[in-house]
Amino acid sequence: MKDKVGIVIVSHSIDVARGTADMVRQMVGDTVPLAYCGGNPEGGLGTDVAKILKAIDEAWSDKGVAILVDLGGAETNSEMAVELLDAERQPKVVICNAPIVEGAVMAATEASGGGSLEDVRRTAEELSPQ
Amino acid sequence: MKPDLGRLLEGVAARIIAQAEELTALDSAIGDADHGLNMKRGFEAVLADKANILAKPLPEALKAVGMTLVMKVGGASGPLYGTLFLTLGKELPEDPTLADLARALTAAVEAIKARGKADFDNKTMLDVLGPVARHLSDGTATFASVRALAHERAEATVPMKAIKGRASFLGERSIGHMDPGARSSELMITTLCDELEACA
Repeated sequence: MKDKVGIVIVSHSIDVARGTADMVRQMVGDTVPLAYCGGNPEGGLGTDVAKILKAIDEAWSDKGVAILVDLGGAETNSEMAVELLDAERQPKVVICNAPIVEGAVMAATEASGGGSLEDVRRTAEELSPQ
Repeated sequence: MKPDLGRLLEGVAARIIAQAEELTALDSAIGDADHGLNMKRGFEAVLADKANILAKPLPEALKAVGMTLVMKVGGASGPLYGTLFLTLGKELPEDPTLADLARALTAAVEAIKARGKADFDNKTMLDVLGPVARHLSDGTATFASVRALAHERAEATVPMKAIKGRASFLGERSIGHMDPGARSSELMITTLCDELEACA
């Protein structure tokens, strides 16, 4: 499993994050490292850099990790989390510009087929208007 | 009297915490109604860590404030205000002059632009911080003029249409409301002016 790109799902809502992860698991089973997080540090709606760092750690793969986010704060906090990683890990994490649910399922499907981090990102971002 | 970092920090934190409801109300008009709550959570965490923060020299103390905001705010304003304090900490010497402050705030404005992928006139905190940084650099700044400018620029976000952040989803309907981030920036600057003036 660790020879596949990992997927991290970051939503403002833990329910959206968990539900998205369920849909990913239904598609790819346990073939890709997968972690999710949602909610601010107090458990309300929002995102939390510490939780994102933990999720990146859980889904870590030497092939890299692709992060799927929902709204603005999820992206900004994810970017901040990536910058707080070790210098050697940073280049192996990307944030996909894609809708969170569809992007996560597409990205995970590409990852389970053995795609590179760039393949995974490109597949997820095919969903976004150019 | 030399400005005391503890007093400045407590003043800013107290002001943000006191105005949390107003900031949240502004955010409920054009955003997700959490700006005040998030900033309050961040500055309460700063106050809780005050002894540790104040034991450090100014640059390191500012960086510690920035990291606390990054980790505790729980919304985009965490990394954005975190970047403000982290950059000030990186740029300021231990005993800064006004010129140092102008240069450091200018650098922080650029860093916030990059972090938020935003620019001036997007109806954000940058519309207050940018003009204040420029005014600090122009050699005519007084406490009164900085306060007045911060207030005027926050008010000037009312007729703007939001280009960045959650408010941009509203398009034209974002017009007519003050940007909550511009208001929180105004509150911080005004409080810093008040506290520094009291020490002068």
